[in-house]
Amino acid sequence: MNGHLKRRPVLIPGQRPWLGFLLLAAVLVAVPFVAALGGQAWVRIANFSILYIFLALGLNIVVGYAGLLDLGYVAFYAVGAYTYALLASPHFGIHLPFWVILPLGAGLACIFGVLLGAPTLKLRGDYLAIVTLGFGEIVRIFMNNLNAPINVTNGAQGITLIDPIRIGDFSFAQTSTFLGVSFSGPQKYYFLLVALALLVIVVNMRLQDSRIGRAWQAIREDEVAAKACGINTRNIKLLAFAMGASFGGIAGGVFSAMQGFVSPESFSLMESITILAMVVLGGMGHIPGVILGAVLLTGLPEALRYGIEPLQRGLFGRMIIDPESLRMLIFGLALVLVMRFRPAGLWPSSQRRRELAESAD
Amino acid sequence: MSEKPLLLEAHEVAKHFGGVKALHDVSLTIRRGEIYGLIGPNGAGKTTFFNCLTGLYKNEGGYFIFDGVKLEADAPHKAAAVGIARTFQNIRLFGNMTAIENVMVGRHLRTHAGVFGAISRNPATRAEEGAIVRRAEELLHYVGIHERAHDYAKHLSYGDQRRLEIARALATEPKLLALDEPAAGMNGTETEALRVLVEGICRDGVTVLLIEHDVKLVMGLCERVAVLDYGEKICEDVPAVVQKDSRVIEAYLGGSVA
Repeated sequence: MNGHLKRRPVLIPGQRPWLGFLLLAAVLVAVPFVAALGGQAWVRIANFSILYIFLALGLNIVVGYAGLLDLGYVAFYAVGAYTYALLASPHFGIHLPFWVILPLGAGLACIFGVLLGAPTLKLRGDYLAIVTLGFGEIVRIFMNNLNAPINVTNGAQGITLIDPIRIGDFSFAQTSTFLGVSFSGPQKYYFLLVALALLVIVVNMRLQDSRIGRAWQAIREDEVAAKACGINTRNIKLLAFAMGASFGGIAGGVFSAMQGFVSPESFSLMESITILAMVVLGGMGHIPGVILGAVLLTGLPEALRYGIEPLQRGLFGRMIIDPESLRMLIFGLALVLVMRFRPAGLWPSSQRRRELAESAD
Repeated sequence: MSEKPLLLEAHEVAKHFGGVKALHDVSLTIRRGEIYGLIGPNGAGKTTFFNCLTGLYKNEGGYFIFDGVKLEADAPHKAAAVGIARTFQNIRLFGNMTAIENVMVGRHLRTHAGVFGAISRNPATRAEEGAIVRRAEELLHYVGIHERAHDYAKHLSYGDQRRLEIARALATEPKLLALDEPAAGMNGTETEALRVLVEGICRDGVTVLLIEHDVKLVMGLCERVAVLDYGEKICEDVPAVVQKDSRVIEAYLGGSVA
């Protein structure tokens, strides 16, 4: 069993793992309060980092485990988001509770995952990427144009006044006080997101080290040999799409509730690429790597957004370069540098590192 | 030579690639519990026959009856499910998985845990997972590479990779084990060890179909041998007879024997 234990990700290396976990828990609890010192905007950034961890780990199942390059992942995110928006907003006058809509959104996204997966089963690599890219765009364009003849999605204006997540009288949108500590809306969402992220991490870990996970890995390694071993590659690949998609659907629902507003703009191709970049940059198939990738790629652009202007003023006394363009430039440069010097990702699994090392020989 | 019951019947199996007839109405029968050799010069259609049998190719003519049932071998995993396991001429292991993981993948077919089992890790799944590991360890022992269980498949020596591929195939609990040139590239010692292993597998109740170039190995190991040449079966008999068949000699040496 050594091989299995070896592969389990270790979040904090050290002799006493419980100490590491305690430390990690303390940091996780402290984050929203420390972030709040800089304003609620920073809490929201932290929330988005965690939402992206969730999304990236969902995509990791498809790309990292099963090796299917999916450039349309955001479509499932959109399906989940719109499911929530339509069923919990004044748009149709329906206000279902979140615990009905989130599973529904996950299920719908799952169906969309199978819909995308079924025709693309024979495709691999770049061909698959093109088809999934097209699929992502189709979904977005539908959201954009499904306002006539019947107004379903309200087109480019999007849907507003979406209900926040509410448990009885306890709403995630307002500030409330527990045990003398005041929690703002975003701070409450933060803890909800952390709980969801922990769930997706456990699911990822357990799937990886299971019969299904091995089948995915076998397909990634050699599809013909996997078939000869009796793996029904069609079903197992569809399963990867469906699993990944349902996580996207849940993330979409939470996104909807947290923002109170969705529009097709949030589900552009750029979003798919960003999520894929998180997986690849962090370390494909390696849970801690993917988490790191998600946090960096959400945090870095924001840090640059807030950091560049003061930096330029401090250095030159005035603004020389428009912060927005400089931000994307630095971001892009960072991506290129990481891929040049750490092609297996920032924190790859030992396995992935080996694959790349030997293919470079 | 007692008449053992039939395990596999191939009836006029045909396959062409464009204008090339790779297999031309090949019929043969394999009996339960025997080691059956399929030989022939390069390009004679041996591997094509294998691929049709294991569902990797779809044969255009003819059919297979395996264990009394007509094979609907339109997909390799179905062939594996009815009990036909194979190895590949150019070894196809999951290189970045450990030896034991490779064999564990072979257990996929005979185990059932799904997504919910994997996520919940319920007692049934844990028990099954334990059984998979134990069986994989046994099989690695059986083929004699248990010391390399936690090495990555691609770091094994060539002979060990062949053995691992056989262990992985055995993990699917086959009735028929089809080996595609298992001795290719092996030295004399390795070939001899392979012979002992294949004999053992057959003794333990698995019928073996062996494609081989090493005529000496085939003649020493197989009970019956079929010879393919240009996609046609030119001979099928016990090794002693096949060796003396003029068409076989001609096919191997080229031209007529003066």
